[in-house]
Amino acid sequence: MTTAAAVSESAGGSGGPGGGGDADNPYALSHLDALESEAVHIFREVAGEFERPVILFSGGKDSIVMLHLALKAFAPAPVPFALLHVDTGHNFPEVLDYRDRTVARHGLRLHVASVQDFIDRGELRERPDGTRNPLQTVPLLHAIESNRFDAVFGGGRRDEEKARAKERVFSLRDEFGGWDPRRQRPELWQLYNGRHSPGEHVRVFPLSNWTELDVWQYIAREKIELPAIYYAHEREVFARGGMWLAPGEWGGPKDGETVETRLVRYRTVGDMSCTGAVDSDAATIEAVIAEIAASRLTERGATRADDKLSEAAMEDRKREGYF
Amino acid sequence: MSTIVDPVDVAATATSLLRFATAGSVDDGKSTLVGRLLHDSKSVLADQLEAVERASLGRGQEAPDLALLTDGLRAEREQGITIDVAYRYFATPRRRFILADTPGHVQYTRNMVTGASTAELAVVLVDARNGVVEQTRRHAAVAALLRVPHVVLAVNKMDLVDYAEPVFAAIAEEFTAYAASLGVPEITAIPISALAGDNVVTPSTNMDWYGGPTVLEHLETVPVVADPSEDPARFPVQYVIRPQTPELPDYRGYAGQIASGVLRVGDAVTVLPSGRTSTIEALDVLGEAVDVAWAPQSVTVRLADDLDISRGDLIAPAAAPPATTQDVEATVCHVADRPLKTGQRVLLKHTTRTVKAIVKDIPSRLTLADLSQHPAPGELAANDIGRVVLRTAEPLALDPYADSRRTGSFLLIDPADGTTLTAGMAGSAFAEAAEAAAAAADDDAEWDF
Repeated sequence: MTTAAAVSESAGGSGGPGGGGDADNPYALSHLDALESEAVHIFREVAGEFERPVILFSGGKDSIVMLHLALKAFAPAPVPFALLHVDTGHNFPEVLDYRDRTVARHGLRLHVASVQDFIDRGELRERPDGTRNPLQTVPLLHAIESNRFDAVFGGGRRDEEKARAKERVFSLRDEFGGWDPRRQRPELWQLYNGRHSPGEHVRVFPLSNWTELDVWQYIAREKIELPAIYYAHEREVFARGGMWLAPGEWGGPKDGETVETRLVRYRTVGDMSCTGAVDSDAATIEAVIAEIAASRLTERGATRADDKLSEAAMEDRKREGYF
Repeated sequence: MSTIVDPVDVAATATSLLRFATAGSVDDGKSTLVGRLLHDSKSVLADQLEAVERASLGRGQEAPDLALLTDGLRAEREQGITIDVAYRYFATPRRRFILADTPGHVQYTRNMVTGASTAELAVVLVDARNGVVEQTRRHAAVAALLRVPHVVLAVNKMDLVDYAEPVFAAIAEEFTAYAASLGVPEITAIPISALAGDNVVTPSTNMDWYGGPTVLEHLETVPVVADPSEDPARFPVQYVIRPQTPELPDYRGYAGQIASGVLRVGDAVTVLPSGRTSTIEALDVLGEAVDVAWAPQSVTVRLADDLDISRGDLIAPAAAPPATTQDVEATVCHVADRPLKTGQRVLLKHTTRTVKAIVKDIPSRLTLADLSQHPAPGELAANDIGRVVLRTAEPLALDPYADSRRTGSFLLIDPADGTTLTAGMAGSAFAEAAEAAAAAADDDAEWDF
């Protein structure tokens, strides 16, 4: 028995393309159009309400999509924000090359916060496991403070990780850059509250409601260029901790680890010391989408060592100021 | 019939997006329902399931506890409860879903309000053994208050009442009568067992008497796009785009997201609060020129006349502009831990406009915990729902929330430190519905908000 207080327009059995009752509605937006419109709204809110916003840009697919959305949001004017890259010193050369070409093409301003500089000055110490990803927090917070950035766009998505599922679109950070999940502002309707005190800043996540698949479908639809390492290529890798890591000056391979050439691609792009490649022959975007859609592993589960440190690894890092 | 997801098809098709919220009391099995929806729609990937299995084993549980899929924070896992709204994502070939997973504790009413504010559908869970309880009515009231267009009553734990139709029919009838009297426009009742998987994703073989959709099938097919041409256009100006380049020395575009209705090139428009008029000369949807655009598209509008327009102004049809006012009456949900008091000075954020305001009066308060009503309480505490009267420093182009969730909603913000204090819904439409519900409900609880 189905009870209905008011009968709605019949949707039953339509079963056509798009399903639901929306396919015939000329005003229906596809999910990508709806997500795009929402993200653009978020970019413009920040432009309207903050003094010194900056976009975190790693050369990874999420930050590339973020920049693409920002370009659309303010067209035909240029993006009114600078970019900030936290360079671990262990980045993939292809990604740094992509970063520099992108900055030049769009006439953007790039700030680089360098983990290596902090290590050289003795303000950070290399970890025994060689992973530099957790070390990014200090240079990031230093860059935010010294440049007095008041809004920092990140490409984080809530589908990535369960602590991120609790993240607000506008996420207030205290003067230490910290995130307190129990003190978050409720976020209602599309009314984002960016008020903050001097010294505090707001992290802004325009891709909050996107999934990995949405990002790839959007990249395909918009024909966005990515660093080549996202597509299958032959590469020297070695096995560690169940992942294929790229050899390099960062500290691999060690004794007993053997380098071999495999056909691989990357699902996420971060520090070489903790970002693993996956076996793949997906050399085109269509093949990548099919592969992601069929994958039984989350992108972080498949390729990120740092999230495996503990059950609450992401939550703990975010509390300290990580993005 | 709901189909199990073939993920490759998801990739191939452009689908629509449904935002929905869940609400349920602590032991109604909400986390299990959400876990089951994610799991049975194959949205839980192997490494996530392994993590849940590992954590369940570590706690001495034999079967994987699907609730652990949704409890993301350390404190939640420690206490075994959900303390905050979280957002979940899954997809079928027909639709993409954004689920606002809201805790059912009385003290977290604000979280259900938060989740319901953007939801097009709310799932209210009831334990078939207990039927409609006070908490159920609170959830129905919040859904009505926030004007969620569709409500699903999921009568859970049918396995514990021998899958008996009369049990379901009585609960469905009572809930439907109550929610309809509150003004909930559409209610669908579905008998389920989240634990056993009956009627969540796959049709139950235990309830042949039920001929309706499963929960997932209903979520996939409920029509969510209203006809925007029925509503007057509202365009809050977010940001003025002025390239000032040699190629575009005079370009002046008003960027924003259409809050309601349809905009067309050639439309005669009024700009509020100034009242100046012009016509739409051009419309861009993110760089592409169009003749027509509608809510909720993010667009850029150019006008035929060079008017002084900035962030916070509202562009509306010259024939159907909203009234402007400095005296706002509203139903509110107080979301901050510190109280809201009569006489307090606040900031009011409405669309893209933030103005100073003063709380002139708090005529009534309704404590959802026991449905008790307090005339002239003087203040509102966290999670209270009440009526407020505000006076703003500048006029606002405010629609009744009943007419527009987008241009009828606002936030009250503490000017001292930026804390979000209160969620506001302009107008009195809900008060009338609530009064009717109070009259209909056969108890002493009176609703005067």
